[in-house]
Amino acid sequence: MGLTDDDVREILRIVGDTPLAELSIETSGFSLYVRRAIAGADASGATPGPGAGVAQAAAAPPQSEPRRAADEQANGLVTIAAPMLGTFYRAEGPGRRPFVEVGSAVGPDSTVCIIEVMKMMNSVPAGLTGTVVEICEENAQLVEYGQPLFRVRPA
Amino acid sequence: MKRVFIANRGEIALRVIRACRALGLETVVGASEADRDALAARTADRAVCLGPGPATQSYLRPELLVQAALGTGCDALHPGYGFLAESPQLASLAREHGLVFVGPSCEVMELTGDKLRARATAARAGLPVLPGREVSGGEEALALAHEIGYPVLVKAAGGGGGRGIKLASAPAELRSLIGLARSEAGAAFGDERVYLERFIAAARHVEVQIAADHHGAVVHLGERECSVQRRYQKVIEEAPAPLLAGATRAALTEAAVKLARAIGYRNLGTVEFVLDAASDAFFFLEVNCRIQVEHPVTEAVTGRDLVALQLRIADGAPLGFATGEAAVGGHAIECRLNAEDVANGFAPTPGTLTHFSVPDVAGLRVDTHCHPGAVISPYYDSLLAKLIAHGPDREAAIDILLQALEHVEVEGVQTNRALLRSVLQHPDFRAAAITTDWLERVQPAHAGCVGSPAPQGSGAEVGQ
Repeated sequence: MGLTDDDVREILRIVGDTPLAELSIETSGFSLYVRRAIAGADASGATPGPGAGVAQAAAAPPQSEPRRAADEQANGLVTIAAPMLGTFYRAEGPGRRPFVEVGSAVGPDSTVCIIEVMKMMNSVPAGLTGTVVEICEENAQLVEYGQPLFRVRPA
Repeated sequence: MKRVFIANRGEIALRVIRACRALGLETVVGASEADRDALAARTADRAVCLGPGPATQSYLRPELLVQAALGTGCDALHPGYGFLAESPQLASLAREHGLVFVGPSCEVMELTGDKLRARATAARAGLPVLPGREVSGGEEALALAHEIGYPVLVKAAGGGGGRGIKLASAPAELRSLIGLARSEAGAAFGDERVYLERFIAAARHVEVQIAADHHGAVVHLGERECSVQRRYQKVIEEAPAPLLAGATRAALTEAAVKLARAIGYRNLGTVEFVLDAASDAFFFLEVNCRIQVEHPVTEAVTGRDLVALQLRIADGAPLGFATGEAAVGGHAIECRLNAEDVANGFAPTPGTLTHFSVPDVAGLRVDTHCHPGAVISPYYDSLLAKLIAHGPDREAAIDILLQALEHVEVEGVQTNRALLRSVLQHPDFRAAAITTDWLERVQPAHAGCVGSPAPQGSGAEVGQ
């Protein structure tokens, strides 16, 4: 019995809602291998399983997390992009120290900035372990959905 | 007013940009990720990405739209049509943050958005309304239907624009419909209330364009007829309404202006009526608080830029003209060229346009966001282009439109072009003998005229 497209979508949804980094499912004549594009997730030795009709996909991370894309041109840097449109704040308030500076070490749960949408303050986590090497935007500016905010060298 | 935020996409976003440029206003378009490279985003002075493709994460988020408008230094917000164009929430959030909302006040939108309140208000203002009222359950509905006579329409108070309407021809049907109608209305509009209205078998859809400034002036810009419909959605629209008795036209337009005055309407709006083709009696349907898709036919016969007029009124300018002043005349017809598979229940056919070109025909105007390579996204509606023909008379306008449809070239997605052509060629349409049930009655005859199949997308989510 193979998997239908709907089955695959359902699996991707489940993976998207859990902290799983990778998942492999095999049924007779069908194997599915899913790996999330999370920086820092250990992907070593992860190879798609054999079998006909191998589907491979990167599940989208949950919405509340920033979208990340490995900077392909160079040096393995990872971009932390704005998870939503809003006003970009580097600190918790005026006169407070910025959450991060160039050179700051961050972990997956470290807050790197706040994005304000109509007085709603949304903390943005780094989502990976590494070192901030670039801050792409000025404080208190409007940032668009998907706009690069930080570049991080993964640890 | 210096810089206008456009909270919309597609052809109407381009249309608003054009009007802004004519008035020397700067433009910022809020675009979803799917529309980042679309023509509107590329044409505006600036574009900002609101969020992901699905409208619920971008175009339907008032807080993102207002934040984006403020963050880009805009002082006004134009909502276009569809999406949040008639959302009191967006209008009030914009106003709260000092933005000029290009449209009527949120209070007026709240009133007109509640179709039951709008109906009662229209009746109080002396406009004819169809027999009917709110019903809360099956027995009450059956009693009322018995009183007003079958068939009856079951309408959602929170609906409008052709959404949330069901037809019941007999008591058994009504009994089974009413519960479903209420739960569907609750799910779709967050408002379970439904009401019954008498159904007019031979109905024409006629609507009046009104304009009101902030200094007490209210005018109308004539009427439009939109009787070629499919499932209460307009397919072909024209101005003026053909074969309309002068007295009926005068009474309709006067009623629309009266209602606009009664509710303190500001800016442009449309008062919709249903006209009984058998008796010429007309009844109030609803008020639309937005620029309509079909506004170009009114522009053609009045010679006025309605979107520029919206912007000027919102900026506090007086109307500066009276009803009927300096009208161009003639006859205008618009048809909506959609990416849809007519033979397959009008299913949307998203895809990439490998080729798109419109002919250069005298008297033809084309409002479109399409070009070769444009992506027709499954997230939004299926409108590709509005073809608007303006001629000295109705026959001439039909001929211009037919010529346009013959030479318009669309490859990559299936369209309803063959259907549009067959409607325009039909003797009933030529004779203006069209009622709102006409297209669905004659449609089986058109099912075979669609072109060769094109690649088809999966299920679509219609954004407006």
